Amino acid sequence: MKIVYTDNNATTKVADEVIEEMLPYLGELYGNPSSMHTFGDKVDRKIKEARQRVADFINADPDEIVFTSCGTESDNAAIYSAINAFPEKKHIITSNVEHPAINNLYQHLQKTKGYEITFVPVDKKGLLDLDILYDSMSDNTAIVSLMRANNETGVLFPIEDIAKKANEKGILFHTDAVQAAGKLVIDVKKMGVDMLSLSGHKIHAPKGIGVLYVKKGFKFSPFLIGGHQEQGRRGGTENTVSIIGMGKACELARENLTIMDTKVRELRDYLQIQLLEKIPGASVNGDLELRLPNTLSIGFDAVEGESILLLLDREGICASSGSACTSGSLDPSHVLMAMKVPFKSAHGSIRFSLSHYNTKDEMDIITNTLVPAIQKLRDMSPFWKDGKVI
Amino acid sequence: MWDYTDKVKDHFLKPRNVGELEGANAIGESGSLNCGDALKLYLKVNENERIVDATFMTFGCASAVASSSALTEIIKGMTLTDAAKLTNDDISDYLGGLPKAKMHCSVMGQSALKKAIADFRGVQILAKPGEMICECFDVTDLEIIDAVKANGLKTTDDVTNYLKAGGGCGQCLDRIEEVIESVKAKG
Repeated sequence: MKIVYTDNNATTKVADEVIEEMLPYLGELYGNPSSMHTFGDKVDRKIKEARQRVADFINADPDEIVFTSCGTESDNAAIYSAINAFPEKKHIITSNVEHPAINNLYQHLQKTKGYEITFVPVDKKGLLDLDILYDSMSDNTAIVSLMRANNETGVLFPIEDIAKKANEKGILFHTDAVQAAGKLVIDVKKMGVDMLSLSGHKIHAPKGIGVLYVKKGFKFSPFLIGGHQEQGRRGGTENTVSIIGMGKACELARENLTIMDTKVRELRDYLQIQLLEKIPGASVNGDLELRLPNTLSIGFDAVEGESILLLLDREGICASSGSACTSGSLDPSHVLMAMKVPFKSAHGSIRFSLSHYNTKDEMDIITNTLVPAIQKLRDMSPFWKDGKVI
Repeated sequence: MWDYTDKVKDHFLKPRNVGELEGANAIGESGSLNCGDALKLYLKVNENERIVDATFMTFGCASAVASSSALTEIIKGMTLTDAAKLTNDDISDYLGGLPKAKMHCSVMGQSALKKAIADFRGVQILAKPGEMICECFDVTDLEIIDAVKANGLKTTDDVTNYLKAGGGCGQCLDRIEEVIESVKAKG
């Protein structure tokens, strides 16, 4: 069965060019970049090239790039570094729709270290309440950390404006750009952020590689204490193969940004229009404009997400649901709940996230599968009658 | 991906006895749109109190649909007296087991059946005895105690998986823990 992969906010296909770039270093070029011999130095040079490619991708200096093991590590390293730098400040600002890598870390700091956390709310469209955000900034604030783009809805936060305000007040600013990278231009200088997280597997590099951008001048303290690697900012022998892959992926992502903003955006819009036209009781979650070009979060009234996913899966279509349904809680995602998406469609919300590998034919396959699938589930739903929710 | 048995998958993809039942003389509902799953059970009961037909309408995940489908298959032909003895484990067993986090789907089936039987007999289900613990899902301390004892539940997660209690706003999680502790203390 042909796979229709539209779950790129979960993870992406490793690009063939990336694999090709990595293979020699998985094989014969296995040297340690720290070694004092030409054999190891070959790898070191390639890592320097990768660091430069990542830096170019986000308009940073290579010295400002720290390779980590994943986006979550980058986020944790950023936050712990900030609270280590300002131990007297006991307040942190974030939003109530962040990824668990940030959200659960803050809840942990709240519970175990007595930090006061401001979870800035969002409105129905998923946009931040900037008044609450700005009002909560104080001398006691150690760091403001907000995502650039939401993983579930694709809704964007105005990082540049917020970072400017934080900067004026002398507060550190971190952004989780894991979902935005490869889909929008990321320019750390223009954004004015102190730290920024990236993840390789969201931009066609392998899993297990992340990046933390740390602005020059910030007194960074390592999260993983060990050897001198990464200029003493992250101990542990480099994941050479994945770092090299990450470098190539960043180079490709930079080249593909235009395609993302044209072809991928058109495919997403096409899918959105088809589904809204052909399925009654469907609604898009999140702001339609301030949104990643590849993401569509769409809710279907009176049906449940897991059931929809399983029917899509039967036809090889990969997507994800807004409702976790991983425990008895059956709670729809914290993101949709924060946006006050009504229960009738929150439970039946599906996220399609595209990449440049997708085609228009695939969008048609999704529509042609989803129309009867939703119908089948509504035929057995006690909340759907005569074409509407009851 | 959920670890569903082939039987769960089969009953989800080809659910038996779906739809409203014309001439139904007993109806039981459980769950709600807000909860994320709901079941409306229709029974046709003859003069000998035997269930001659049963259908369902379900909103929910694959295991909720499969549990509803299984329930209707199990109870067709049963007397109400026998049906009243049915437990959620009977539904789960019929399906070759459910993942732990999905046990509440079988509980929903049992609950709708109880309500349908009460509906047929014209019995009003009185306000539940005991102290209300979980307002979100209408679960009392006595129900938690029963579930803990019957299924050997040890953690609040276990209780949430079986009864959904604590799975909404989460405010009652501390109370659920106290109830579990009290059962443990009493042995």
